[in-house]
Amino acid sequence: MSLNEILQLIRKDKVGMVGFFVLLGLILMSYVGPYVIPLDEVVRVDRIYEAPTLAHPLGMDNMGRDIFSEIVHGGRDVLTVAILTGVLSTLIAFFLGAFSGFIGGKIDTFIMWVVDVFLTIPRFPLLLVLAAVITLDNIYLLSGLLAILSWPPLARSVRSQVLSVKTRDYIEAAKLLDLGTYHIIFKEILPNLMGYVIINFIFSMTAAVYSQVGLIFLGLVPLSGQNWGLMIQMAWTRGAIFYTGSLAYILAPIIVIALFQWAAIAFSRSLETIFNPRLRGAS
Amino acid sequence: MPAFLRRLAKNFLLRRLLAMFATIFLVVTLTFFMVRLMPGNPIEVYINQQMSLTGISYQEAQNQAASLYNIDLTSPIWVQWVDYMKKMAVGDFGYSFSSPGTPVIKMIVDYLPWTIFSVGISIFISFILGIFMGMYIAYKRGGWMDHILSSFASITSSVPNYLVGILLLIFFGVQLRIIPFSVMRGTAPAGVEPGFSLEYLWGIFAHAILPMLTYIISTIGGWILTMKNTTMTTMGEDYVLVAKARGLKESRIIVHYVGRNAILPLFTTLVMQVGLLIGGSPLIETIFVYKGIGYALSNSLAQRDYPVMQAIFLCITISVIFANFAADLLYSKLDPRIKSNVTE
Repeated sequence: MSLNEILQLIRKDKVGMVGFFVLLGLILMSYVGPYVIPLDEVVRVDRIYEAPTLAHPLGMDNMGRDIFSEIVHGGRDVLTVAILTGVLSTLIAFFLGAFSGFIGGKIDTFIMWVVDVFLTIPRFPLLLVLAAVITLDNIYLLSGLLAILSWPPLARSVRSQVLSVKTRDYIEAAKLLDLGTYHIIFKEILPNLMGYVIINFIFSMTAAVYSQVGLIFLGLVPLSGQNWGLMIQMAWTRGAIFYTGSLAYILAPIIVIALFQWAAIAFSRSLETIFNPRLRGAS
Repeated sequence: MPAFLRRLAKNFLLRRLLAMFATIFLVVTLTFFMVRLMPGNPIEVYINQQMSLTGISYQEAQNQAASLYNIDLTSPIWVQWVDYMKKMAVGDFGYSFSSPGTPVIKMIVDYLPWTIFSVGISIFISFILGIFMGMYIAYKRGGWMDHILSSFASITSSVPNYLVGILLLIFFGVQLRIIPFSVMRGTAPAGVEPGFSLEYLWGIFAHAILPMLTYIISTIGGWILTMKNTTMTTMGEDYVLVAKARGLKESRIIVHYVGRNAILPLFTTLVMQVGLLIGGSPLIETIFVYKGIGYALSNSLAQRDYPVMQAIFLCITISVIFANFAADLLYSKLDPRIKSNVTE
């Protein structure tokens, strides 16, 4: 499929398009925004929970600071954890899955057994218990841990994909030409799995957002700085849900996180229809 | 190998049973090493804390820790491990830190049923409703119902469930005051004798309504969308065309030819759903102060009550493993191909 065709299909799927642009917008806002809009750190006791105005489109927080600037500055850490986790877990899953499928035999059986065990242990409680033992005070450690816990499903799918393409004629041909395992994995098998890997990358990103914000909400990650998750936790513990004026403080981070999750999944769904012609025909 | 042994080795049920116990064994072992050997493990921390707080000797502090964790800290690590495994096998999880004198197993017996109750019913309701809605919009594709349900499903299925919970609390609980959330904390109505009285049953339902609503709202979208997809895929199969050509009744085709085959792939997701919901229960139950196992877990985490934390984690994991096992059996009944195809 050519790039042109892909672009055409994306254009046809309006929801996926919206998802893509929302995703792009949130990423831009989180990484470029902080250089444009300064973080409001001035405490103004007389302007606590002020209603939205033109100058402060989301109103003021519990200390009279501009909520909008906090939202702009709070995205970077959340998205960095999501992207890092996605990259790391996709890499682990791809290499282990492809290796397992390729090598077969006892090693394959063992790796798949590990995957099975991982898949049956509920991830979030395990993460909670680990967070109680390990101090997750920086986002890189957190991403690493999330990645270690989230590679198994993709590894299994990659393995089964490798198994199914392994015996195809063009792989046999590549083997006969003695092109080497490296060439076969990266030049012959990877392009076939690309759609799959990208969709899974997006899913592990959304899963990482779920887990990290959940951990922060329960107060188990001693992170500092601006962060959407921390905003929710602060607003929650300060009882922002109980008054009408303070609603913006808790709703703003909830809505951006929800928007990010929705956009990512909507975009991945439209990718799915692109990579899976059967779905395309049906809709 | 004698023939009957070979048959036994190929027995689906037996293989699954063995795999299940192997997983449980492994998880219990892992938690043992997590608590004993990790850098900054809770036992070391506890000993150091007691020494600096109360000024007792290392020996005494170690004894205290040993009695709390039910582990003899002076023997070699593998003896400790065997000892630990034996105790776990009979459900002896030691005593809680934060409420001394309470056996951990009693807390689990108190808390776990509520989570199973609320999560179980939610999954059931959401699955049934989702399947029907999904099938309906697959047949009425492009209609207004399809647009509404599909957009609803794609939004609710992507928003993290605890955020849905907070939103429910904000709008239905606090702002609109439809649901009296503050009297609905806990799991059972106060002052009503537990039993099969209508008042009690209604009470426990009412108390679970917000967590259940959260679970249902955040899972139903997934069912609707997947069912719509699988139904649409199944509608294009040759055997459906043949059934139509044979002049079978429309209702028969919808239920037996399309419906049954479209539901099949959803069962694997059903299993994952159990794990995900029970796994997410620490968040949901904390938000609504619903006293199930998840609430107990997040509480024990906040108080660093390690014996309780460890036992609850095991408990959640084992329930999920059992749910997996049950679903596997169900699935093999529904799709006989699984059973015969042992080697995958």
